[in-house]
Amino acid sequence: MLELKNVKKVFNKGTVNEKVALSGVDLVLNDGDFVTVIGGNGAGKSTVLNAIAGVWPVDSGTITLHDTDITALPEYKRAQYIGRVFQDPMMGTAATMQIDENLAIAARRGKARGLKPGITAEEHKKFYDMVKALDLGLEDRMTTKVGLLSGGQRQAITLLMASLRKPDLLLLDEHTAALDPKTAKKVLDLSDKIISENNLTALMVTHNMKDAIAHGNRLIMMSEGRVIYDVSGEEKKNLKVSDLLQKFEEAAGEDAVSDRMVLS
Amino acid sequence: MLALLNALPGSVAQGLIWGIMAIGVYITYRVLDFADLSVDGSFCTGGAVAVMLMLGGWNVVPALIVAFLTGLLAGYITGLLHTYLKIPGILAGILTQLGLYSINLAIMGKANQAISVDKYNLAVSLRYINKTIIVSIIIVVVIIALLYAFFGTEIGSAIRATGANQNMARAQGINTGRCIRMGVALSNGIVAFAGGLYAQYQGNADVNAGRGAIVIGLAAVIIGEVIFGTKHSFATKLATSVVGAIIYYIIIAIVLQLGLPSSYLKLLSACLVAIFLGLPAIKNGIGTVKPDKED
Ligand SMILES: Nc1ncnc2c1ncn2[C@@H]1O[C@H](COP(=O)(O)OP(=O)(O)OP(=O)(O)O)[C@@H](O)[C@H]1O
Ligand SMILES: [Mg+2]
Repeated sequence: MLELKNVKKVFNKGTVNEKVALSGVDLVLNDGDFVTVIGGNGAGKSTVLNAIAGVWPVDSGTITLHDTDITALPEYKRAQYIGRVFQDPMMGTAATMQIDENLAIAARRGKARGLKPGITAEEHKKFYDMVKALDLGLEDRMTTKVGLLSGGQRQAITLLMASLRKPDLLLLDEHTAALDPKTAKKVLDLSDKIISENNLTALMVTHNMKDAIAHGNRLIMMSEGRVIYDVSGEEKKNLKVSDLLQKFEEAAGEDAVSDRMVLS
Repeated sequence: MLALLNALPGSVAQGLIWGIMAIGVYITYRVLDFADLSVDGSFCTGGAVAVMLMLGGWNVVPALIVAFLTGLLAGYITGLLHTYLKIPGILAGILTQLGLYSINLAIMGKANQAISVDKYNLAVSLRYINKTIIVSIIIVVVIIALLYAFFGTEIGSAIRATGANQNMARAQGINTGRCIRMGVALSNGIVAFAGGLYAQYQGNADVNAGRGAIVIGLAAVIIGEVIFGTKHSFATKLATSVVGAIIYYIIIAIVLQLGLPSSYLKLLSACLVAIFLGLPAIKNGIGTVKPDKED
């Protein structure tokens, strides 16, 4: 359903800060794939997700979604197909708007916005039920400004927003990394639930190898702007952290020692 | 003291007209988080357009509507400069403001065009302060009601989301560039409308009418926030900006009564705004607040 063909991206081209972030990424996702993405710092994980979301244009290569070439489509237009949750809990919600207002914005993703009410009476009811299902007690604070919520609560709301209108593709970029372990687990479980209930296709970046093995049906490893390892099915289920570390060392060579700590 | 009391109605009338201008500033400064300096130009444009049309025989209402539309256009150009050409917001506003100076002169044909309240049917005038206050209050109420309705719509919400968090807005399918253009246009439309009223109030359109307008608008917004706080509904916050403008003009009247030469007014305005903008930092102890990083 999603295909990346030889996607390249160089930041700050022609300057001293030139950085090859993607050096030719090839990746094909099938419908219903839930892929975990691992790799050391600077491997290009976030950059791949940003390339798919259209945060900036890629330098070369093509990105196809459901047989439509979306390479040239601006970010806001791709949003009709793509739901996203970011590492930074601040990034996915509008802090100065209420919980229900944020959800109402998300409920119109991919639809033309006109002079109709920004939020309707039925939506109030619907959002209440959805937020209640999160089981965080937020349903009684629907008119609270999102900026007053904790990071975990904000990520939960962002997850809900990303999936409110069923996306073709869900992109999760270390969306639990900024949370304490308990909250992180809660948000991760919620992600699992949302993905399986809606049968979503998803890419989830994580620094936690155990999580990468435990979640999803497929795992890819990135290094130096490339996908260097891609496993799925039984083989992935039987993976151990030590296997991944070994793979990683093979690919990354001497740099592996420092990155190893990050990965484990 | 008596002189001050006599000056009070005039301050309220001026404050109300500038309060309408402040509502426009609120939309860019607070809703969009965009410091737009085009208003110095578009305030004057509104006055020039309204006065020239009325001198040409137009009725006051259509003249003010056209003033509003020219303001929209001016703001839209600032939005274009910023969103298409990626010119930083402040600079985009300055460019529009500078360009408008020539356009305002061209509209008026000279630096100042008088319009006499005796010969023309003006909406407001400093000769009729009570009427001015009543008319302005009605206009303020109507504008706040319309804006309240607009920012409750899907487009209005999208503009608010754009101002709050562009990343989130784009991830939710909002064309943030378009929202910025619409917001800045709307803001300048309102500012030009206020400029059209102000020219009538003064009895002339002047090419320097808008000089420092942004500072007065900001002062109004900030005085309103400092005095009444920010934990209010959207409509109330617009209203506190208007009250802020009135308070600003009362302060000016007091200072003038105390004997400050009027040539020092702009310096006074600048100091007032600096103090009110700096209040949070002052409260926290000067120097402990790190300067905001550029975005
Ligand atoms: N907007 C940008 N401008 C300049 N360089 C960038 C930008 N985004 C990413 N890079 C660089 O591209 C490389 C890949 O970054 P990326 O964020 O994709 O890494 P990552 O795999 O997500 O790492 P991490 O685990 O630290 O999040 C890094 O060297 C990074 O510094
Ligand atoms: Mg990253």
